[in-house]
Amino acid sequence: MNLTLRIWRQKGPEDKGRMVTYPVDDVSPDMSFLEMLDVLNERLILSGEDPVAFDHDCREGICGMCGLMINGDAHGPQRGTTACQLHMRQFKDGETIDIEPWRASAFPVVKDLVVNRSAFDRIIAAGGYVTAPTGSAPEAHSTPVAKANADAAFESAACIGCGACVAACPNGSGMLFTAAKLTQLSLLPQGQPERYTRVIGMVDAHDEAGFGGCTNAGECTPACPKGIPLDTIGRLNRDYLTATAKGANNTPGS
Amino acid sequence: MELFTEGDPIADTKAPAGPVEKRWETRRFEAKLVNPANRRKMTVIVVGTGLAGGSAAATLAEQGYHVKSYCYQDSPRRAHSIAAQGGINAAKNYRNDGDSVHRLFYDTVKGGDFRSRESNVHRLAEVSVNIIDQCVAQGVPFAREYGGLLDTRSFGGAQVQRTFYARGQTGQQLLLGAYQALERQIGLGNVEMNARHEMLELVLVDGKARGIVVRDLVTGEISTEMADAVVLASGGYGNVFYLSTNAKGCNVTATWRAHRKGAYFANPCYTQIHPTCIPVSGDHQSKLTLMSESLRNDGRVWVPKTKGDDRNPKDIPEDERDYYLERIYPSFGNLVPRDIASRAAKNVCDEGRGVGPTKLGVYLDFADAINRLGRKAIEAKYGNLFEMYERITGEDPYEVPMRIYPAVHYTMGGLWVDYDLQSNIPGLFVIGEANFSDHGANRLGASALMQGLADGYFVLPTTIANYLASGPLDKVDASHPAAIEARNDVEDRVRRLLAVNGDRTVDSFHRELGQIMWEHCGMERSEAGLRKAIGEIRSLREAFWQRVKVSGTGEELNQSLEKAGRVADFFELAELMCIDALHREESCGGHFRAEHQTPDGEAQRDDDRFAYVAAWEFTADGEPSVLHKEDLKFEYVHPTQRSYK
Repeated sequence: MNLTLRIWRQKGPEDKGRMVTYPVDDVSPDMSFLEMLDVLNERLILSGEDPVAFDHDCREGICGMCGLMINGDAHGPQRGTTACQLHMRQFKDGETIDIEPWRASAFPVVKDLVVNRSAFDRIIAAGGYVTAPTGSAPEAHSTPVAKANADAAFESAACIGCGACVAACPNGSGMLFTAAKLTQLSLLPQGQPERYTRVIGMVDAHDEAGFGGCTNAGECTPACPKGIPLDTIGRLNRDYLTATAKGANNTPGS
Repeated sequence: MELFTEGDPIADTKAPAGPVEKRWETRRFEAKLVNPANRRKMTVIVVGTGLAGGSAAATLAEQGYHVKSYCYQDSPRRAHSIAAQGGINAAKNYRNDGDSVHRLFYDTVKGGDFRSRESNVHRLAEVSVNIIDQCVAQGVPFAREYGGLLDTRSFGGAQVQRTFYARGQTGQQLLLGAYQALERQIGLGNVEMNARHEMLELVLVDGKARGIVVRDLVTGEISTEMADAVVLASGGYGNVFYLSTNAKGCNVTATWRAHRKGAYFANPCYTQIHPTCIPVSGDHQSKLTLMSESLRNDGRVWVPKTKGDDRNPKDIPEDERDYYLERIYPSFGNLVPRDIASRAAKNVCDEGRGVGPTKLGVYLDFADAINRLGRKAIEAKYGNLFEMYERITGEDPYEVPMRIYPAVHYTMGGLWVDYDLQSNIPGLFVIGEANFSDHGANRLGASALMQGLADGYFVLPTTIANYLASGPLDKVDASHPAAIEARNDVEDRVRRLLAVNGDRTVDSFHRELGQIMWEHCGMERSEAGLRKAIGEIRSLREAFWQRVKVSGTGEELNQSLEKAGRVADFFELAELMCIDALHREESCGGHFRAEHQTPDGEAQRDDDRFAYVAAWEFTADGEPSVLHKEDLKFEYVHPTQRSYK
């Protein structure tokens, strides 16, 4: 396959950035999308140009490090697939492909296609956990969990924190990410004591990080490589409402 | 010139005496404690945020120490433990199927082909049960039965069902549990988190580990960070083979730099080749993808009986298929340990019976399981793995058997540590895959997660206190001459890499190094091959320093510079791996020497000569390393020819 790539190049946070066109020939349909970028970068290095910076690590769809807007779609055209698992057989010979970084005010560009997603870590630090210091745990079987709840908790816990939901959202909202963690923990008995302080803490951290609000545009779930369901946000809203009604700012268990 | 010299044996591993089941209890009681008020004044550096590093950093912070944590990824949640699929072992015996701490201990020592330390392995089996409790309390969504209790499944090398799992994403869920505990401590100000930072040097002051030199991968700034103790949890070195199931960034630099500063590197040749990976599809391949070992619970491995049978697998009748694992190993069948399954796959492919376009593949067939249990049941168990397979290969494994082939997956070798997980450098602790400890010459499936969390949650936090309590250490800061020297070395190295400005990319060297290693230091090794490899590695390494081209500068985000530094260290490690493999004139676990096999082709150990840990000491560039032997004594599990027949 022969392709034309138009890639966002930006030297650093201060640079304005621009799209640059690169032809790439002899692409095998069995290559992954990132392997195709590897081929381009090898060529750029040898010709003395700066290779395209992009984040990636596990290349098997689980670490959440990669994230590219491909023709305007977060992670590209294939549903339920991260950019690293997207293969070139999804594209046609002769196609022009636009590649851009995630665009959201809470995810500033570091360089080229690399963005800073540390805001996600701050949301987790604000309550996305169960307080269970090492050594304090009771016997694992002391609290059974209904299989349906355990399975639903797992569905939400499958979030890889890649940020596709934010990139796809017209408001740049991080609600699906936040709701996924809240849903996981609120479905489990272990998550109950901190349930309402957690939701306040995480939503506050979300807003402080500069993410937009959720207006139910519904763009996030289709873009999510793990298919985190949209109703997690409804669950977040209910818990948030309960928490504010209870005035549960810092009173665990209230 | 000789390849190595022999030094003094290692006499003491600091394991307490007495019966094996009492040793950890004894050690915990004898270990000195640090007063809670003093912990706040002590700083511990933890490099790496996987299961071992993440859990250690969180736990140390909970205990009151000031922790500085480092990872090269953009978030601690992305460490490669996240990719572990199958599960985590624990001797809970919830199935009432005869499991016990002693059986897990026994299986692990035997599975490691009698090349691990009994004391350490027993402790691992003991704390395995606490790990499950801890993770459940954190909200890790393990798979459950309808009654609400935890589900378990079988894994290779065991005849009990002791593997706990969270669908095919167990590593992810366990890591997120540790990550969330870590984020809680970050939020409380007890951990100073430094993502996108890479350790490039260890700082020793008066022979003790007191700090590290790190590069900020965004700005390129190189700085020195000091502490009272340093913990390396930087993972394994499988990427020396270029193609492996490791994440692209996984590297040996942290442990290799410590090795060059005096830490012994133990058993570097023990690498695990995982039998069930998706085969290579072409020269562009940048990494290999694992298909969880759990698939061997229901998938049957086979190849055609006749060489060169190119028929569609569906057209090959039952009696013309060779379910070779079931045939050769009737009692364990498709669930033989990894080293055995991998070598068997290699053997049938060498015979010309491999399948797929490259003929380097065997079938993993679910047709029987789908008939027996129904498609829905298979989907529930393995759905995400089947989808992943289809995305990568374009083939539907519900309809066509999967094609799999072995790939490098895990490294049992690593920095030498004593019973306290302390290296031979005081104050330098090594945990998780980065140390050599518990798996001997072959790791059993679902035991890596167990070891990472055992080390991080339970073992290190106890043993490091004993070291810290022996202080107080002198106050030192980044202006100490040793710190300045280490930093200058790093800056000099970065400058040298950038200055070559040759005509070959880093990846082209890495790929070539990987081919040498896979050919001669992979699934089967021989004296002639290893000697050849050593020569080839040396000349390739020389070419690297003359011809590599690294673009850009050191003062920016520069991924080609990051790779160059890692590959430069892989060259040095590769040579030591080959020397270790060459000196070990026996076969054991993942280390298979062609000259040492039983008449039916199984690994032939030589316990009289090689029942020891080979701990290598670095001397100087171009000088032979020194071999220190730690004798292994087996008081409880008596070495036998491992049989899974």
